[in-house]
Amino acid sequence: MRLLRAGRWITAIGLVLLAAVFVRAIAFTPIERMQGPAQKIFYIHVPSAIWAETAMILVGLASVFYLFMRDPRLDRFAAASAEVGTVFAAIVLTTGPIWGKPIWGTWWSWDARLTFTLFLFLLYVGYLLLRGAVTDPAARARYSAVLGICGMCLVPFIHFSVYMFRTLHPMPIVLKPSSPSLPGSMLTTFLFSLFVFTLLYVGFVIQRYAMSYLGEQLEAAGGGGEVGHA
Amino acid sequence: MAEFFRHAWRVGSKDLLVEFRSRTAILSAVVFVVLVLMVFNFGRDPTAVAAIDLAPSILWVTFTFAAILALNRAFQLELENQALDGLLLAPISRGSIYLGKLIANLLFVATIEIIGVPLFALFFNVRVLHVAGPLALVIALATIGFVAVGTLFSAMTVRTRFAELLLPVLLLPFMIPPLIWAVIATSQLLADRPLSEALGWLKMLAAYDLIFVLVAFLLFPATVSE
Repeated sequence: MRLLRAGRWITAIGLVLLAAVFVRAIAFTPIERMQGPAQKIFYIHVPSAIWAETAMILVGLASVFYLFMRDPRLDRFAAASAEVGTVFAAIVLTTGPIWGKPIWGTWWSWDARLTFTLFLFLLYVGYLLLRGAVTDPAARARYSAVLGICGMCLVPFIHFSVYMFRTLHPMPIVLKPSSPSLPGSMLTTFLFSLFVFTLLYVGFVIQRYAMSYLGEQLEAAGGGGEVGHA
Repeated sequence: MAEFFRHAWRVGSKDLLVEFRSRTAILSAVVFVVLVLMVFNFGRDPTAVAAIDLAPSILWVTFTFAAILALNRAFQLELENQALDGLLLAPISRGSIYLGKLIANLLFVATIEIIGVPLFALFFNVRVLHVAGPLALVIALATIGFVAVGTLFSAMTVRTRFAELLLPVLLLPFMIPPLIWAVIATSQLLADRPLSEALGWLKMLAAYDLIFVLVAFLLFPATVSE
């Protein structure tokens, strides 16, 4: 299938470029003065975090449109985006503590943004569990759309509630009203990495989308609940 | 409009009547609350941790678990003899079914809380009478929010595999934000701080209630349409 092949190519290119991000981040980007080499995890951590959050918003939007249009493509996209978002949230939650140990002196703190990401991760897991627990495809699509929309509505509340507490997290340095305060070479590495993660997100989602499409075709071809030979 | 609320009340009072006649769910919920409070008592070292320090957490963790139990049964009732299909065939809007279920669940959880607070005060020697009004306000605001979401979710989870397990997994991330605010507001009240200090948290709770009652009301038809 064309879509699946396209997804594989995009992912492959993304993975090759990811290796290039590693090389550039480790060898060709200056070491941060205060944090030392630990800061380099930032080039993986922040792009994953950006995509973990964006994926949830996309799940919510796809869910809203699904309930209006009842187009199975939107449901497939929401499912794909949620799965990829889960992976990115897991990357954020693993790279975060690795950075936190040398910098904060502890693996885990109930820091505002850490808590926020954990919430996001649990929302994703709940979403995927719900999808797994419903067998009827139409009901599964409707239920997960309902949960997706609720999740999207919850995000601003989590955001508010966690930001009311003090945070140990570095404040935004790239996405802020004034111009980025990152030195040029670091900014280049960061933007390059963000681009690569975007590529990976797109590649993974396309692949996942194509797989669930093929799965549905197979189910339809199998005919009325019979167990087919895959 | 009046029609709409009358239908909602009919649905709600039907559930409450079923509950009132059997009284099994409410009794088990109350016993459950007593047991959770007991577990908390043995889960702390009384010489190291004063009851008042732990009081808001005890209160809210107990209510969280009790509410989840209560919400699980809301649509379970309708599974017997396909009662839900009958309810959906009735010439009333889906919105009024949701509102009716919400009212019944709120009254059910409120009953648990009304019994739970004095027990909590008794067991942990916490003075609540002088802040009874503000405390009731905090409890009411927090309860409306998570019962609204829980009623919506239980309509979905009840028809899935492992419904009893799935509901808490889906619902707890939604309960935690109101829980955070309610715990802070409660601890301020129990520490004899004026209500005005907790006002910010109450506003957050009210905003959460408004948005999620509305969202759940709008989304409910999607969970029951066949």
